[in-house]
Amino acid sequence: MSVGTVVDWLAAVALVSGALLSLAAGIGVLRFPDVLDRMHAATKPQVLGVLLLLVGLALRLRTAADLGMIVLVGVFQLATAPVAAQMIGRAAYRSGRVDRSLLDVDELAEHRPEEGDSRPERDGSRPERGEQRRGGSRSGPGE
Amino acid sequence: MTVVLAIVLTVLLSTTALLALARIYRGPSLLDRVIAADLLLAAMLGAVGAEAAVNRHATTLPVLVVLSLLGFVGSVALVRFAAREES
Repeated sequence: MSVGTVVDWLAAVALVSGALLSLAAGIGVLRFPDVLDRMHAATKPQVLGVLLLLVGLALRLRTAADLGMIVLVGVFQLATAPVAAQMIGRAAYRSGRVDRSLLDVDELAEHRPEEGDSRPERDGSRPERGEQRRGGSRSGPGE
Repeated sequence: MTVVLAIVLTVLLSTTALLALARIYRGPSLLDRVIAADLLLAAMLGAVGAEAAVNRHATTLPVLVVLSLLGFVGSVALVRFAAREES
């Protein structure tokens, strides 16, 4: 068995396991009850699944120029997936789409000011929930 | 081996796309739909990459770069729109 055959089999294993991760995420997104649970399921193919598929692709192509572009795709995916997930999670939490009976710990609730509460750390450095309700900082860049 | 690999990958990735489409159809809120659209785009990314790997050509690699950036821009824009709508 030559080296090329072994590498092709490794590539096939990587491709199939990446596709299996996608399938698991699809089932999870359909079956899980909550926005955050669905996000937990959906991030598997976005990072590990895509990386496994790219490893399989790189093992099949085996040229330096293609490898550069594959690495670029992987870096983009690793850099952008957490940012998008963070924004989705924050929007879900702020709009109250989080089912609190499913949470074990809600550490963010201890730092969130109550409605009409004037605690000293609310100096406009962070866009808070109460200020957004009043429409004061709706178009701020740090929102 | 190539034919079997192509069939297995097609079945797995298209099942994922169908499940994501079902969640886009059913999803109660906009955020569920954004998550499912992200998953659909990840499945498309995987499908384009798998096709290039099975047929051993590199012509669709720029498409992969564009897709990986497009998902980010689309989901961030939709989530900002959703957050503005809620407040």
